Order: sequence, then structure tokens, then C-alpha cells
Amino acid sequence: MGNTLFDKIWDGHIVASRSGHPDAVYINTHFIHEVTSPQAFEGLRKRGVPVFRPGKTRATADHNVPTLDQHLPIKEALSRKQVEMLTANTAEFGVELYGLGHPYQGIVHVIGPELGITLPGMTIVCGDSHTSTHGAFGAVAFGIGTSEVEQVLATQCILQYKPRRMRITVNGQLKKGVVSKDIILYIISKISAAGGTGYFVEYAGEAIRSLSMEARMTICNMSIEMGARGGLIAPDETTFEYIKGREFAPKGEDWEKSLAYWKTLRTDDDAVFDAELVFDAADIEPQITYGTNPGMGMGVTGNIPALAEIEEKEQLSFSKSLQYMDLQPGSQLLGKKVDYVFIGSCTNSRIEDLRMVAEFVKGKKKSDDVTVWIVPGSKQVEAQAIAEGIDKIFEAAGFQLRQPGCSACLAMNEDKIPAGKYCVATSNRNFEGRQGPNARTFLASPLTAAAAAITGKVTDVRAMI
Amino acid sequence: MDKKFANLVSSVVPLPIENIDTDQIIPARFLKATTRDGFGENLFRDWRFDENNEPKAGFVLNNETYKGKILVAGKNFGCGSSREHAAWAIGDFGFKVVVSSFFADIFKNNALNNFILPVQVSEDFLAKIFRAVEKVPTTAIEVNLEEQFIEIKATGEKEQFDINPYKKTCLLNGYDDIDYLLSLRNEIEAYETTRPFNF
Repeated sequence: MGNTLFDKIWDGHIVASRSGHPDAVYINTHFIHEVTSPQAFEGLRKRGVPVFRPGKTRATADHNVPTLDQHLPIKEALSRKQVEMLTANTAEFGVELYGLGHPYQGIVHVIGPELGITLPGMTIVCGDSHTSTHGAFGAVAFGIGTSEVEQVLATQCILQYKPRRMRITVNGQLKKGVVSKDIILYIISKISAAGGTGYFVEYAGEAIRSLSMEARMTICNMSIEMGARGGLIAPDETTFEYIKGREFAPKGEDWEKSLAYWKTLRTDDDAVFDAELVFDAADIEPQITYGTNPGMGMGVTGNIPALAEIEEKEQLSFSKSLQYMDLQPGSQLLGKKVDYVFIGSCTNSRIEDLRMVAEFVKGKKKSDDVTVWIVPGSKQVEAQAIAEGIDKIFEAAGFQLRQPGCSACLAMNEDKIPAGKYCVATSNRNFEGRQGPNARTFLASPLTAAAAAITGKVTDVRAMI
Repeated sequence: MDKKFANLVSSVVPLPIENIDTDQIIPARFLKATTRDGFGENLFRDWRFDENNEPKAGFVLNNETYKGKILVAGKNFGCGSSREHAAWAIGDFGFKVVVSSFFADIFKNNALNNFILPVQVSEDFLAKIFRAVEKVPTTAIEVNLEEQFIEIKATGEKEQFDINPYKKTCLLNGYDDIDYLLSLRNEIEAYETTRPFNF
């Protein structure tokens, strides 16, 4: 029996597998940021242990940086302290930092790929659940806690149980107005926010294969929202084309040797998965969430389930969720008034996302009642957007192009959606309070978000293109 | 941190909500501390306190009737963000055990790394606990890690739970993963020599 791609990479990174112990897995690349690393560095200090392989860890400041006036000192004292501590810790332990003001700064899951740090066949971890993003390159990438960040800093390894394998195949072709964000929201709505727990997912099928790297990253990014440990896509010409020539990608003879190896990274035809799911791209319409976990989603023209459609033991949680959202069971979302639109986050803040939005809004104006924040994923994305004149299109439409960071995805900085307001967001979580205390989030694609920005309402973008 | 896990008998705090994510356990705006201490103050912050920081009367942690070292919650507990602050907040508040019918993977690891025991029970047994606590709020529950069982003392209803033997040893003895990984130094260096590229 053959092996899955996940097995090949995981098994190839086991340093020690002792009976009764979890696998000690070697980590090729470790990303850190300001929020989940300070306690790990403190742990090293207490143990008197150095960073074992400082060259394999890269740091950036993203979670609580402001997205306006980044050249000024951070106003919020606690955020400033965390960012300063990252600077001090990385200097003390010899880790490379792309901090505020650095041309490579940005959301950790945007900069890794765009700098050519993320490569096929790697094991990648970060103290952030959306590390699964890097799986789009055929890497085994997953989020970890701070104690595990300390493990990796101290030993370049992590102790981990091997997840089970799931393959999700999406056949066929996407319809007009449907993009990769819709694929992943659709899958999560079908299998629930816990449907992938305990699994590592491989995405396959024609609809996945035909996606760009940016679009693949959006899919892998949200693997965690179905509970999966991570998600990956076998590398192919699209992958290699994206990586070639990037700052830290292998060059010359190293490139040729790497490429030869990467081409072997695929699931064997006779490999067996612990679970297999198959979907048809033609069934997917633009998606939107109505509740307070990413599994509570539907087609944009759909109706929120009626209470009777919900299993009895889940009714309490369902009702609590709709009460928070101030929505009625059985009602439609289409036409619902929107107050904010947030286009950004590690899910949808790459240049392709911004191009998609710019192409759609060119010549249109936002609704007067909506505040629109566009937050690029990195300094490089921001620079590219400006070079392409995308910033001018946004300005003409009344959209505000801000500076890179995680921003209103988790509202650790000043970018908070006010209490009771509705925001169509291209980010990954609609949890209670995620975008600010009592803020209400509808997750959607960049296209659906842009349509809402123009009309001021939840809108079926297909009618506008 | 009190590292070793000791068997315990305690009343419980019931939270029969499903899919409790780590943003509810500790909202992102409280992740700005640079030590592991003090997160208990903001455990379930937005469910516990209103916008004027007044305790919300309806929330179980504000109800004097319910207290104890065991938190009992609906399925898929700890989903979402990988923030270990969620486990720190639960531990700092005084919980030693979280019982649910299903845990998110990262939260489970984080809890174990902080010597908080996640006890996964069947849907049935979870419902039994909720019923018992509804009837008698001070219902005592025993959690025995050595013998891997959880028992509702009043009724004697009991269920075995799973835990990895390595993690069990860690919890009972207060060992952590880094001690073990540091002991593998020679194997790690040997592994590195076998890989010409960093992947």
C-alpha cells in the first residue's frame, strides 16, 4: 500500500519515536510573532537554554500593530511593550526579525510564502492556528501553543501525535463569482467546525488544482476552522512557478535539486485515507456565515436554518448564537444592512485578493453607510498594490487602504468593529467578540465583501458581474 | 504553576454550550501580557462582565452556587485560536480539569502542557453530569488519573477515559516535554546530517 503525501513528509521528519511517547518531529521552519512568543523566550531564560537553531526561526510583528501611522511609536502601551519585547528577545537569541518599518514586515502567513521561506516538503510551525496556510505549498504546517514554541526554540523539534489522514476532493469547475474562499466556507458548512478534528487534510481534485497559489493558501488557511490540524495541497507547476526567484528560495543548482525532490511529493495512487470526502464545485454558490462559528454558513441566497432543523441538543448553542447576531432562525441574509467591510487577514490579504477587489470596484463607489477597511497582508503587498495603481481605485471607491497587520480579524489593535455593528469580513472567524466586543461578523469572500461595500447590504455578487 | 496532577473530588462549574472557542475563553485584547500569570481575571471575560465591567448575573461563573476545580462544557471545547493563554486562564482561575465530549486538538495539547487534565467523556455521560448538577448544584465528581475514571459520587455513575501513557506520566510526575526533547540532542543532530536541504 502506498503512502499519502502527509505520511511521506511527517515520517521523513521523525527524529525519534520511542514506544509510549509521541513522535519527536523535526521542524524546518518556525515563525514567531509578538503575542505567543514572549513566555517561550522567558522559559528559555529560566532553563538557561539558547535557541538551538536560530537561523530556522523568523519573526515578524503583526497581531497587534496599528494599521495607520506605523512610522510613529505604537500608542497602546501593552501592544508597544509586546512588540518591543519581540525586538529585544530576537536580538538576544539571534533570531531574524522583520519588525515594523522593515520592507518584509507583514502577517506571518503572508510573508513566509512571498519571501520564498515556505517550501514544499517542509515541516512548519508557528504559535498561530492559521499556520495551516503554508500547507498550500505541499508542506506539513500547523499551529502550536506557546509551550510548544519553547520546545521548537530549544530543540528545533516538537512532540506530537500523528493525526489521521483525510482527503477532501473538489471536482469540477467553479461557477462565475465563486472563488476559493467560497470553497472552504462551503466545506466547513457541510462538515461543521469540528468535522476535521484529529485529521490532517489533503485537498485534491480539479477545482483545487486549477487555483493559483494565493487561492490555495486561502483554502489551507481555514483548515483549522473545521478543527483539522492542518491542510495541504500537493505541489505542482503552479507551486514551482510561484516559488522560483523569490528572495529566500533555492537558486541555481540547489533549485534544480530541490525541484527534482519536490516533484516526488505526491500521494501514491494506492494510498488509503482514514476519511474521504468528495464535493462538486458546481454545487457551490457564494457563501456567507450567519452564526458565531465558521461552520454556521450557507449560500448567500439561502435561509438561516429554522430551529426545528437543528438537533435538539444543539438548539441551545444555536439560539445563543443567533441571539448574539440578532438574527431570526429561518430568515434570509440577503439584503441585510451592513455597517463595515473588512478585507484583509491571513486568509484574504494577498495581492491577488486586492486585485480581485480592485477589478470589481473599479468605477464604483461604496455605499455612504459603510466603512471599508482594506488591510494588505504585508509591506510587499502594499507596495505592489501602489505600484499597480490599486490604491487609486480604492481611493476613488471610498475604500481606505491601511498598513499591514492582522487588524480587525482579531481586533487586538485599534481596528475594532463597534458593538452591535455588522461587518462583512474576509477573515476566518466569526466568533463572538472576535472583531471587537459585541461586534457581529459575516464571513465571506473578497468579492462578496466588495459587493456589500458597494450596496451597503449583503449582496449576491453574481448579479453584479 | 502546581505541576503534579493529583486526583480530586470536587463540585463542578457547568457550561452546557457547544463549540466554545478560545476567543470566548480569553478574548484577544487580553493577550497582551508577557508572562503566564493573571489570565484568570479575564477568563470568559465577555460572558462574565458587561461593557461597564459589571458581572453579568446570568453567567455561571458569577453564580455563587457553582464552584469547584472542574469545568464541564459542551462538545468541541477550545476550538479556534491556538492561544495557550486559554489554558493559562483556565488554570489561573483554579480549574484543574475540563470535561467535555470532544476537545479541539491544539487546546488539548495546551491544557496537558499546563498540567490541566482534559477528560473526554461520551455524550451520554456528559449529559448525565449536566443532569446531576442541575438537580444538585454541589454534586461532587471524582477524577482519578491513575485509574483513568470519572465518577458522579452521588449516583456512582462512572466512565473510563483515555489518556496517552506518556502524558499521564508527565502529569502525575510534573515532567514537561522540553525535558524529554532536550535529552534527544544527539538524535536531533544526527538527523540533521541526513538532510542536505531544509525540507
